[in-house]
Amino acid sequence: MNIKISALQFTRDVKSGNISVEDFIAKTMEQIHNVDDNLHAFLSLNEKAVDQAREIDKKIKSGGKIGQCFGMPISIKDNICIKDTKTTCASKMLENFIAPYDATVITKLKQQDAIFVGKVNLDEFAMGISTEFSAYGPSKNPWNTDYVPGGSSGGSAVSVSAFECVASLGSDTGGSVRNPASFCSTVGYKPTYGLISRYGLISYANSIEQIGPLTRTVEDTAFMLNLIAGVDPNDNTTVDNNNEDYLKDIDSGIEGKKIGIIKEMIGEGIDPSVLSATKNAISKLEGLGAICEEISLDMVKYSVAAYYAITTTEAGSNLARYDNLRYGYDFPVDGYEFNSYIEKARKKLGPEVIRRMILGGFVPSAGYAGKYFLKALKVKSKLTRQINDAFKKFDLLISPTVPILPFKIGEKINDPAALFLIDINTVTANLTGKPAISIPYAISNGLPIGIQLIANSMNDKLLLQAAHALEKTVKLPEVPI
Amino acid sequence: MTKIGLEIHSQLTKLESKLFCSCKANYRDFEPNTNICPVCMGLPGSLPRLNQKAVEKATMIAMALNCSTPEKIAFFRKNYFYPDLPKNFQITQLNIYGDTSVGGTGIILVGEKKIHITRIQLEEDPGRLIYEGSSEKNQITLVDYNRAGTPLVEIVTEPDFENPKEVREFLNILSDLLENLGVSDPSLEGAMRADANVSIEGGNKVEIKNIGSFHDLEKAVHFEITRQQSLHSRDISIIQETRHWDDKRKITISSRSKEEDLDYRYFLEGDIPWVRIGKEVKEKLKSEMPESISSKKQRYISKYDIPAQVAYVLSSDKFYSDLFEDAHTKENAKEVANIITTDLMGLVDTREKRASSKLKPFHLKEIADSIQSGKIARTSAKNALYEIVKTGKELSDVISELDLGNVSDESELSQIIESVISEEPQAVEQAKSNPQTINYLVGKVMQKTKGKADPNITLNLLKKKIQ
Repeated sequence: MNIKISALQFTRDVKSGNISVEDFIAKTMEQIHNVDDNLHAFLSLNEKAVDQAREIDKKIKSGGKIGQCFGMPISIKDNICIKDTKTTCASKMLENFIAPYDATVITKLKQQDAIFVGKVNLDEFAMGISTEFSAYGPSKNPWNTDYVPGGSSGGSAVSVSAFECVASLGSDTGGSVRNPASFCSTVGYKPTYGLISRYGLISYANSIEQIGPLTRTVEDTAFMLNLIAGVDPNDNTTVDNNNEDYLKDIDSGIEGKKIGIIKEMIGEGIDPSVLSATKNAISKLEGLGAICEEISLDMVKYSVAAYYAITTTEAGSNLARYDNLRYGYDFPVDGYEFNSYIEKARKKLGPEVIRRMILGGFVPSAGYAGKYFLKALKVKSKLTRQINDAFKKFDLLISPTVPILPFKIGEKINDPAALFLIDINTVTANLTGKPAISIPYAISNGLPIGIQLIANSMNDKLLLQAAHALEKTVKLPEVPI
Repeated sequence: MTKIGLEIHSQLTKLESKLFCSCKANYRDFEPNTNICPVCMGLPGSLPRLNQKAVEKATMIAMALNCSTPEKIAFFRKNYFYPDLPKNFQITQLNIYGDTSVGGTGIILVGEKKIHITRIQLEEDPGRLIYEGSSEKNQITLVDYNRAGTPLVEIVTEPDFENPKEVREFLNILSDLLENLGVSDPSLEGAMRADANVSIEGGNKVEIKNIGSFHDLEKAVHFEITRQQSLHSRDISIIQETRHWDDKRKITISSRSKEEDLDYRYFLEGDIPWVRIGKEVKEKLKSEMPESISSKKQRYISKYDIPAQVAYVLSSDKFYSDLFEDAHTKENAKEVANIITTDLMGLVDTREKRASSKLKPFHLKEIADSIQSGKIARTSAKNALYEIVKTGKELSDVISELDLGNVSDESELSQIIESVISEEPQAVEQAKSNPQTINYLVGKVMQKTKGKADPNITLNLLKKKIQ
């Protein structure tokens, strides 16, 4: 049986009786056992996955009502809560945290008969772009295991890329879905802010992050979005999408659409192979009838600085609750005064988290807030104004997802500033709340390159249509595992 | 000149649920840590879900205190570590980045004096700390999160008060107002807390935190003024500091922690979008607001001719005015007001007595009507009221059980009058020439009937018999 199929193909095959869910899940679990010792996408596995598959097969046989996932194997980034399941955020701090509730996206997928094969790796608390900051060790890029898979949703991208699941949910705060999607040659999508409920997603920088799917095809992303988007009473920041069907008319094409090429995202420091792939994508889009033109968004220069000022401020606050008093790891309080206990308990946090929390204590503090945090908010609103102006002229914006190729494990881990700068092309969509997608576009020296498209708020459907059109022009080799 | 400013915390105890989740706002009946959920415990991944009713009630308070109300409100995070704070930040409001709290500046009159309100903010109450252990060394701290997330309104005043008496008068007005609005029950334990800042002429400002009731607030302010004055008179300078109110010893104690140095790193709470409170919403809230105390008082005076003092007592206590509103008719209003403010007050003067009282408005109406129609005498009415408060029985049953009804049977009354006439020949003679004396004879009849003779019938019968 072939497990290297898309989500839509999976549902068609199950529906038509071509495959049994139990066989598919068993084969997927076998694949995980075969490749994951090497790739380390998973932090924990669902031991009951095959049993759940059998139940769904029974339901299908008896003619019972089946959800749209038909027992599809999905992996979940380990910062999204599944009830009665360990949710560690790849941190030692939450080593023993068992979520007592389901995230809204999990509730919705359960209703559609998805099977969660396991929880996947990330940089601790989603802070990083390589999964090297996972407290449980890095994941490896299936295209070349000496290389990072990107991050922070590295486990999600690896698991999709290496056929350890059919689709995955990650989270994207500054590119954390799109970056690993680009590095591992999968589709990665960050929706308009508020389109998908964050309830049950463990916050890192709550004002800009979103849950997003990682899939093999753009159509699969549209399929996932149909299942998980929409207003959630548990998340006051969700927006109404009027039950939009993102799969319908996905073949509409991009004839006559105006696409802006963001100048600041193809400039200095870009890898030549990434630049040429981008130029190639632009000419392909023109060939499909789109009108492409360069545009300057000069606030992009400051976007990474603003991004880190805002995210560290929010992280400092969001992660303050990890004082180990109500949940966490085993460390008795006896003999400690409150503050000294917290100080000691928080030593379990890893270096990147500590770095960002120290920044988060400083950036918004009295006397410095004006210089850093408030200035960052100004950049955010100016950047938003600029991109809104751009969308008066353009339907979509284009850039490479990441300006460089995947790098080697260990190569940049001691250079935080260099790591920060790799976010330059992805943070703009988060700071402005716009939807953005990365699609696999090229392979250079055996390493993947992704192309990013950005659309205006709530134009997610148009974004997916364009991405689908571009995707159809691409033929890539299979991942060498 | 002494200057006192207040920060008053009032829980919105009349709301069904907490500020950001559906746990009960009334946490008092629960075993420790059972009125909690992932949201109010700040569990990883949980998000606040704003209680719109709380926003409405807080806006009503702002309007009732004559405060400005902005078009849009926002919430902020106040970041600090404390064991009673599950997220280690509190979701609150502030006005440093523009007027985004539910209430802006306003004025409230205390007698002739204007007290300026600085702002009103809606925020979440933290959990409760319970200290156990005999000495400081083996003391342990227990945390009960049942209270965490309870909706709290903070009312901040300018330092306009000059003495504890003004503070008390303000607090009386404020707690009556909150109760009348139906947002809070100030008599509930812990429902009203306060901080105060106090300075005397030539001294620095001292902040007193942690005052657990309005009663103690007045005491704390009084203590602090006296303390500062005695320092001042000995030429000891008054340092700017934060002190805590020790409610066991009834004194203020210097806080060892440097709370004034804390940097709360306030920033916008991204999980709660700005809330628009437009003109239409405000109009709607205004129409839903209960009648104000002063308007009630005015109405009682002008419509029912109730004396000002009685009208004041009646209108400022929601328990009384609610009873009055439901029991009175145009005809019996004065009588109902009279019963409430003279006889009922002593029977329901505490929270517990009010809770256990079985008296219903229809009882009051019947009593007042019966007095007016002469079915029952005032003194008997008082006894009946006592019995009804205790048992909730029907008035007619109480009258017959306790034999409180007026004697209005003419033949029965005639017999009694005959005996009075025979016992008081002198008075009878006098009454023939001096009509005033007849009242003395009515009194004698009352004596014999223990006040239950129908006064009108008695008078008529007496007149007939004497002439």
